[in-house]
Amino acid sequence: MATTTEIPLTLNKDEILRYSRHLIMPEVGMEGQQKLKAARVLCIGTGGLGSPLALYLAAAGIGTLGLVDFDVVDYTNLQRQIIHSTADVGRKKLDSAADKLKGMNPFLNLRTFDTRLSSANAIELFREFDIVADGTDNFPTRYLVNDACVLTGKPNVYGSIFRFEGQASVFATKDGPCYRCLYPEPPPPGLVPSCAEGGVLGILPGLVGVMQATEVIKLILGIGDPLIGRLLLVDALGMKFRELKLRKNPDCPVCGTHPTLTKLIDYNEFCGIRGEEKPVSSGVPEIQVEELKRRLDAKEDLFVLDVREPHEYQICNLGGYLIPLNDLPKRVSELDSSREIVVHCKMGGRSAKAVAFLQQAGFGKVHNLAGGISAWSDRVDPKVPKY
Amino acid sequence: MSKIHIPTPLRQYVGKQAAVEVSGATVAEAMSALLEQHPDLRKHLYTEEGKLRAFVNVYVNDEDIRYLQKEATELKDGDQISIVPSIAGGW
Repeated sequence: MATTTEIPLTLNKDEILRYSRHLIMPEVGMEGQQKLKAARVLCIGTGGLGSPLALYLAAAGIGTLGLVDFDVVDYTNLQRQIIHSTADVGRKKLDSAADKLKGMNPFLNLRTFDTRLSSANAIELFREFDIVADGTDNFPTRYLVNDACVLTGKPNVYGSIFRFEGQASVFATKDGPCYRCLYPEPPPPGLVPSCAEGGVLGILPGLVGVMQATEVIKLILGIGDPLIGRLLLVDALGMKFRELKLRKNPDCPVCGTHPTLTKLIDYNEFCGIRGEEKPVSSGVPEIQVEELKRRLDAKEDLFVLDVREPHEYQICNLGGYLIPLNDLPKRVSELDSSREIVVHCKMGGRSAKAVAFLQQAGFGKVHNLAGGISAWSDRVDPKVPKY
Repeated sequence: MSKIHIPTPLRQYVGKQAAVEVSGATVAEAMSALLEQHPDLRKHLYTEEGKLRAFVNVYVNDEDIRYLQKEATELKDGDQISIVPSIAGGW
């Protein structure tokens, strides 16, 4: 991998000792270690994938590491985002990550970018690096990273996770396929659940993030067979690794022979998302948690329907009647359409679908609990645990 | 018989199975056999016009059917079909 550094990057005595296990392997050696030192790698996100990625790249002696993040550490991150500790909850992820990385390797030149990656800043940012590693968590940013990598000619070391499953590949190399060759279009919002909705096994970003770090290092050293034109599928439950062939699509709008996409676009619009945050309300009648509390306390005749999964009910519940959203069509006869029903889930998304379904099924008095049991915990009863 | 590998997000629609055995001479036949057994899966894989959704890729063994004969791709006994939808998680 060509880098733009002119000065010879000689290693001092401390660095030679630190990297000795690299230096004694001919595949790395002094020349390889100097390539690592000259390399500039940009990590998008310091979350589940970004944690192991940044830690291993810093340890390996990458000279310049860039981190882009705007988020703050919270308790639900700690199950997998191992660059952050309990004491970091509430701190900026960038500050927390910077402490760990500098502690890990004082020779690291760390550059932090406290911003949300956007069409306005991506190109300029990517130009200052040699390789981009994508550890983001949403479709708009996935397509943004891909397109900006193609347009700036930077390899996109990709990893993605869901529940027990992961994907990894290397996109946007000179002759290789890009993310759009694999998936020309994103799924419509709501059809593919996010990790926040669907969960993720804590070790999985570790597994996939370390694969990304491995690919970054191989690209820099120019050794081995990188995951170019190959999609690696990881199934942690079966502990099976499968590999699929990826081809460069000649009709790809961004990397094909006649590209139609020559500058960055509005990726929220492309992914069908209006505004930065998806509105939780979906046009169904809503009730606020305070009003539900007041009416329940007044012993009004309300039927509380919980459409979460049984394992979520075990974490916490409001004593509601449990019918998971997917079972609702075949169990709708268990409900009394003459009664007033309040439907809730965790955040209000699934229950909005349930309300829409019940309305179509002829239920007249159904309300969606806005913000779900999570809002109840925030605003009515903090003893109800959040998850 | 061919084995269709079901990705995690869609397993809830096939009775939590990781793979489903179906028979069919082509990918189209195998997929309709799958949907006959598990009709809830249809809207997650196909548009209302009956087209395979753009964020769902189908592979026969390790090859994307877009680069074979698409859904007319013929199947041999023991072929592995993989449904691979895009996932975005990383945090």
